[in-house]
Amino acid sequence: MRKVAIYGKGGIGKSTTTQNTVAGLAEMGRKVMVVGCDPKADSTRLLLGGLAQKSVLDTLREEGEDVELDDIRKAAYGGTWAVESGGPEPGVGCAGRGIITSINMLESLGAYEESEGLDYAFYDVLGDVVCGGFAMPIRDGKAEEIYIVCSGEMMAMYAANNICKGIMKFAQSGSVRLGGLICNSRNVDNEKEMIEELAKKLGTQMIYFVPRDNDVQRAEINRKTVIEWNPEVPQADEYRGLAKAIDENKMFVVPTPLEIEELEQLLLDYGLMEA
Amino acid sequence: MLLKHTPKEITERKALMINPAKTCQPIGAMYAALGIKGCLPHSHGSQGCCAYHRSTLTRHYKEPISAATSSFTEGASVFGGQANLLQAINNIFTVYAPEVIAVHTTCLSETIGDDLPQIFDKAIKEQKVPEGKTVLGANTPSYVGSHVTGFSNMVKSMANLAEKSGKKNGKVNIIPGWVEPCDMEEIKRLAAMVGVKITMFPDTSGVLNGPLTGEYKMFPDAGTSIKDIKASGDAIGTLALGEWCSADAARLLDTKCKVPCSVLDMPFGLQATDRFVDALRKVSGTTVPDEVAAERGQLVDLISDMHQYFYHKKVAIFGDPDQLIALTEFLVSIDMCPIHIVTGTPGKKFERRIKEITKDMPYKVNVKAAGDMFLLHQWIKNEPVDVLIGNTYGKYIARDEDIPLVRWGFPILDRQGHQYFPTVGYKGGIRLLEKILGVLLDRLDRDNTEEKFELVY
Repeated sequence: MRKVAIYGKGGIGKSTTTQNTVAGLAEMGRKVMVVGCDPKADSTRLLLGGLAQKSVLDTLREEGEDVELDDIRKAAYGGTWAVESGGPEPGVGCAGRGIITSINMLESLGAYEESEGLDYAFYDVLGDVVCGGFAMPIRDGKAEEIYIVCSGEMMAMYAANNICKGIMKFAQSGSVRLGGLICNSRNVDNEKEMIEELAKKLGTQMIYFVPRDNDVQRAEINRKTVIEWNPEVPQADEYRGLAKAIDENKMFVVPTPLEIEELEQLLLDYGLMEA
Repeated sequence: MLLKHTPKEITERKALMINPAKTCQPIGAMYAALGIKGCLPHSHGSQGCCAYHRSTLTRHYKEPISAATSSFTEGASVFGGQANLLQAINNIFTVYAPEVIAVHTTCLSETIGDDLPQIFDKAIKEQKVPEGKTVLGANTPSYVGSHVTGFSNMVKSMANLAEKSGKKNGKVNIIPGWVEPCDMEEIKRLAAMVGVKITMFPDTSGVLNGPLTGEYKMFPDAGTSIKDIKASGDAIGTLALGEWCSADAARLLDTKCKVPCSVLDMPFGLQATDRFVDALRKVSGTTVPDEVAAERGQLVDLISDMHQYFYHKKVAIFGDPDQLIALTEFLVSIDMCPIHIVTGTPGKKFERRIKEITKDMPYKVNVKAAGDMFLLHQWIKNEPVDVLIGNTYGKYIARDEDIPLVRWGFPILDRQGHQYFPTVGYKGGIRLLEKILGVLLDRLDRDNTEEKFELVY
C-alpha cells in the first residue's frame, strides 16, 4: 500500500484536487482510502456526494472508546473509503491532537491492515505543517509520499517551501519523501515555468499542471468529483492524467527548502519582471 | 465520616468522576522501566509530572525512585520538546551513566505532538547515545486509559527491542504484568521448579524490594538486561500474564519475531495458577514436579479447612482489570461472593469477563469498567458487604461503612509487606486467604457477644 499525504496552503484546492485525483485512481481500479485531517471535515464531501460523514472525533466523543471501524469509515465513490478526522469548532480545543488521536485509532482498528486490500491511503491535511499534530501524517511509518498543491502565487509557493522544511525534518529519520508539486493553476503569468523552476530548486518535480477550469466548480456545486459529474469534459482527463502520474511516479526525494531571498528572486525572475 | 456527602441514591453521571480508581499512564511506564537492568526512566514533560510519578512509586515501594525529566517550560511547549530531550539524553549518559534510558511522554508532550522515534534518531545521529547503550520510549498520554495502559505501552516498547537471529534459544518469555517485585520473584521460582528456562520482562525483583546495605546503588544489580530482552525474539514461546498489562507486548513479539504467544490470566488464586503451571508444563514438555503439587495441596487444604468462614461472604473489590479478573475467579471458587467490582481502567471486555465468571453466584453483581470509588461506595451503601479488597484508597469507605479492608493492589501507601510477600501462585493464594481470613475473624472476635466469643476457629 502506498500512503500519500497532500499538503499545501489553505484554500489552494487540496481537498478538491485530492478527491478528483482519487476518483481518477478509483477509475483505474485502485482501492483507496481518503483520510481527511481537517477540523472542517470537508475532505470527502465530493466522494460521498455531500457532507454525510460522521467524523472520528465526533464518534469518539459520543460513543466513548468502543468505536468500530464501520462507525467511522464510509463507502464512497468508486469503491473508495472515506474517513474524516474532524476536530473542535474554531477557537477551542486542540485540532492537532485530534489528528494524532484519529490516526492512532484508525491504526488500532486495523484500517491499514493488509486484509483491507488497500492500494492507497490518502491524507488530506489542513494547511501548513503548523504544529506537531499536523505533522502526524508524515511521522515515520505513516505517509511515505508527500505531494504539495501550489500555484504561482507568492504565498502558495511560500507555504510549499515551508512544508518542505517540515518534510526535511522527518525525512532525516524516517521514510517520508517528497513526490512532487501539483500546480493547481490560478492563471498567473508564467505559472508553469515558475513552478517547474521552484520544483527543480526544491530538488523535486512538478508532477502535474492542473489547468483552471470552471467545470471543477460546476461539479462541486453538484457535490461530485469532475469524473463522476461528467466523465467526458476535458478537466476529467486532466485529473485522470494526475492520477496516472502519481500512480507511475518513481521520483521520491528529500527536499532542499529555499531561503526566502531565493524564493523572492524566483518570483522576480518569472512573474513580476514582465508586469 | 470523611465521605458523609456520598448519597445512597445512585444518579446517572456522564461527565463527573469522583475519586477515580486509577492514576496516570506514566506511573505504569515508570514502574515497567525500573524492571530493566541499569535503566533510568525519563519523563518527557514538565517537572511536576515527574515529581508526582516518582513519589507515588516511592510511597508504595518505600524505595527511592530515580527518574529524569525534560523539564518543559513555556518555550518547550511552544517549540516542541526536542531540544530538551536531546540535552537530557546527553546529560543523563554523561552524568549518571545508565545502560538504558526509557522515555515516556506526558499529556503536554503528547498534545504538542513530539515524535519520540524522530528525536531518538537525531540523538543517535548527533552521537549523544554512547555505543552499546539503549534509548527506548513509549507514548503515555494520561487522558487515554490509565496507569495500566502506561505499563502496557512501556512493556510493548521493550518487546519492540526484540531481535530475531533465526536460531531459537529454547527459552520461554514470561511477561508478568504489573505485579509486585516479590510476585515476579515467585513467578521465576515457579518456572524454575517446573524446569522451564525463562526470560521475564520487566523484572523489578531486587530493584524495588532490595536490602538495605548501607551503600546506595542508583542502578541495583537486578532487572532484565537489554541483551535478554533483545534475545526474547528467539524464544520458543511467550506467556503473557494479563490481557491489559501484557497482551500487546506478546502480540508484538508474535508479529515481529514470530514467537507464538498465549495470553493467560494473572496467576492469582487456585485456578489461574493451575492454568499458568499447565502452560509452563506444556511449553517446556515436562511434568509438574511433586513440590509444586504439594504447594497446591496446601492451598486446597486451607480452602477446605476454612470454607465455612468464606462461604457466601459478600465482597467489594476494586483495582486494576487483570488483577480483579483473577481475584474474582478465586473468590468465586471458594464460595465467596464478589458483588461490587470496579476498575478505573476502561474496557468493556472487563465487564463481560466478570459477568461470565460470576454468572452462577446467588447475588446480583455490580461491575463497572472506567468507574470510580464514589460509585463503589454507593453500591456498598445499597448492598453492604463483609469485606472490601483493594488499595489504600479503600480506607475511607472502610472507615465510614465499618467494613474490614484487605489491602491488595496499587498503591498501598499505609501498610507494609506487599513488596515482600507474594500473592501470585499457590503460596501467594495462601497469603491472600490468610489476610482475608484474618480480617473476617478479627471482626467476629470484635462483634460476637461474650457467650459466643470463640477460642477456636
